[in-house]
Amino acid sequence: MNRVLLSILCGVCGAALMSAYAQRIKGSDTLLPLTQELSESYLKRNPASEIVVTGGGTGVGLASLLENTTDIAMASRRVKFGEKMKFAKAGFDMIEEVVAYDALAVVVNPENPVNELTREQLEGIFRGKITNWKEVGGEDLRIVVYSRETSSGTYEFFKESVLHNKNYMSGVLSMPATGAVIQSVRQTKGAIGYIGLAYLNPYVKALAVSYDGGRRYVLPSVKNASDGTYPIVRPLYYYYDVEKAAMVQPFVSFIKSADGQCMVEKQGFVPVRNEDVTIK
Amino acid sequence: MKKFFEAIVRGVLTCSGFVTSLVILLIIGFLFTEGAGLFNEPMVEEGYVLALNKENDVSSLTAEQIKAVFDEDIVNWKEIGGRDMPITTFRLEDVERYFTVEELGSEYEHVGMCIASLIARSPGMIAFVPQSMLPADAEVRYIDDSTISLSEVFAGTEWFPTATPAPLFGIVPLLAGTLWVSLFAILFALPFGLSVAVYMSEVASERMRSVLKPVIELLNGIPSVVYGFFGLIVIVPLLQQGFNLPVGESGLAGSIVLAIMALPTMITVAEDAMRSCPRSLREASLALGATRWQTICKVVIPSSMSGITSGIVLGIGRAVGETMAVLMVTGNAAIIPTSIVEPLRTIPATIAAELGEAPAGGAHYQALFLLGVILFFITLVINMSVEYISSRNKYKLR
Repeated sequence: MNRVLLSILCGVCGAALMSAYAQRIKGSDTLLPLTQELSESYLKRNPASEIVVTGGGTGVGLASLLENTTDIAMASRRVKFGEKMKFAKAGFDMIEEVVAYDALAVVVNPENPVNELTREQLEGIFRGKITNWKEVGGEDLRIVVYSRETSSGTYEFFKESVLHNKNYMSGVLSMPATGAVIQSVRQTKGAIGYIGLAYLNPYVKALAVSYDGGRRYVLPSVKNASDGTYPIVRPLYYYYDVEKAAMVQPFVSFIKSADGQCMVEKQGFVPVRNEDVTIK
Repeated sequence: MKKFFEAIVRGVLTCSGFVTSLVILLIIGFLFTEGAGLFNEPMVEEGYVLALNKENDVSSLTAEQIKAVFDEDIVNWKEIGGRDMPITTFRLEDVERYFTVEELGSEYEHVGMCIASLIARSPGMIAFVPQSMLPADAEVRYIDDSTISLSEVFAGTEWFPTATPAPLFGIVPLLAGTLWVSLFAILFALPFGLSVAVYMSEVASERMRSVLKPVIELLNGIPSVVYGFFGLIVIVPLLQQGFNLPVGESGLAGSIVLAIMALPTMITVAEDAMRSCPRSLREASLALGATRWQTICKVVIPSSMSGITSGIVLGIGRAVGETMAVLMVTGNAAIIPTSIVEPLRTIPATIAAELGEAPAGGAHYQALFLLGVILFFITLVINMSVEYISSRNKYKLR
């Protein structure tokens, strides 16, 4: 009996010791499933190391980096200027690594003849200044605007990138999930909405988007997003302190390796361009 | 020994009654304190200020005006009582557009100075920055900071809880949406519910009843998210094609789903009430030569009126408080509904969709609690009116 107890105790101590050396990764829920998947396959190759991944949101991850309760912060946005100031005050020298890109596709009903829109037109539509498809070269049909709930990171990113931080109109229909947006766009003829690139399917039609006033329209695809021609793309970051660089480097370089980026693509994100991978 | 045992039982019963009441009171107290906190929150995000050039003589702005300024719907100061000059907005994130890293300093120690000097040299600028960042002797003017006012919340028609710098918490569209969708749900459910209840208690054979009753009670056991899903996939496209609507997600879809959900409760309670109508009353009516139909509508229904009303009210309660199903089918657009085929947003759906990401203790969080308080009052009023109706009916019968 005693021996059993002792061995359990040893096991617990061992686990505790191990986790003291474990890398802690915390932050964005967008990156959470991808990081978990990546860490699992990393651990298969390096059984000696240990990685603990938790979510909580970008803000939470960066705050814990500051309090030294995590080693890597996952972020679905660039660190804000206010946060940068806090890090600088605390004497952190942060390293920023882009591990993947996430692209948003603007989708309409497949029966809609409109194929392309400029950013200014999209802003007008989502802010309620343009209310009929004929104003942007379509049929005489009311535009029905679908958005996500305010709690969604996608909502914030779309607001920042397409609306330049202005507010959506109050009549916008907010859906609780990406699946609901797809379902609604699929069955509503005058609908427009935005979804993550990974969710694109044949039941909705993606629009080509132009950010330079209509000179060049680009369709969303993994290729266009990774070579930088598609504009509604957000980089997903890892942040860590320079002092921890030696400790976290193996995992970060695994993500940026060909194998890691292959998994990134499988999870529906856009892999980082090759030039970025080689620059270390 | 027996007496002692009885005393213990009595003690336990009293105690559990007290504990339950206390817990309910505590929950209500918590709801009220959190909700009332909203009116102590500053209009502009806590710790931040809106700074203007010293020459600018605008001293106060409402939340709507601030939103319009930062949305670039208002582009000239004269529209909001200032002099004729264009408005430039500035957020902290823009600082890197105006200054180089060298100017800001290695630890960003010069940021406050830089921003202050920027405001000082641009007459039409309005800057949204943390108060602690600007130096105390900065040559800028601040917009007077007031707390969120009662009228802005209770008479406000715009719900923008995450707008920066000044969120808008107008509850009118949410309140109107909730009442509107519940009203139609009850209008749909009432005739069906009553007729099914009458059929089951008075007309149906015993065998029919033994089949129907479990089926209807089964409806009660379906999770509301399944109803919502069903609504989104089946009812929404049906309405859209049937009525040729631009949007299928509408108050109508919501009220149909809610009506289906409220039916089982209404039917079960109303049917039980009618069945418990004393046999002697029925027999007396039939003995006087009344037909079966006359007996039902002149004797059975009036005598079980209080039970029927409570069934209806339980149904209304379910409709008002239902969250998941309406969240999925009503489209959640925070606008005051003008017809039932427009999208609308209800109070429970708003709380469910937004509470998860609202920072605890912030204005948005407290606004959601305030919505909870309002929902509480709606149900309270409904319950009290039922008490009143049923007590009046009893009095009449005597």
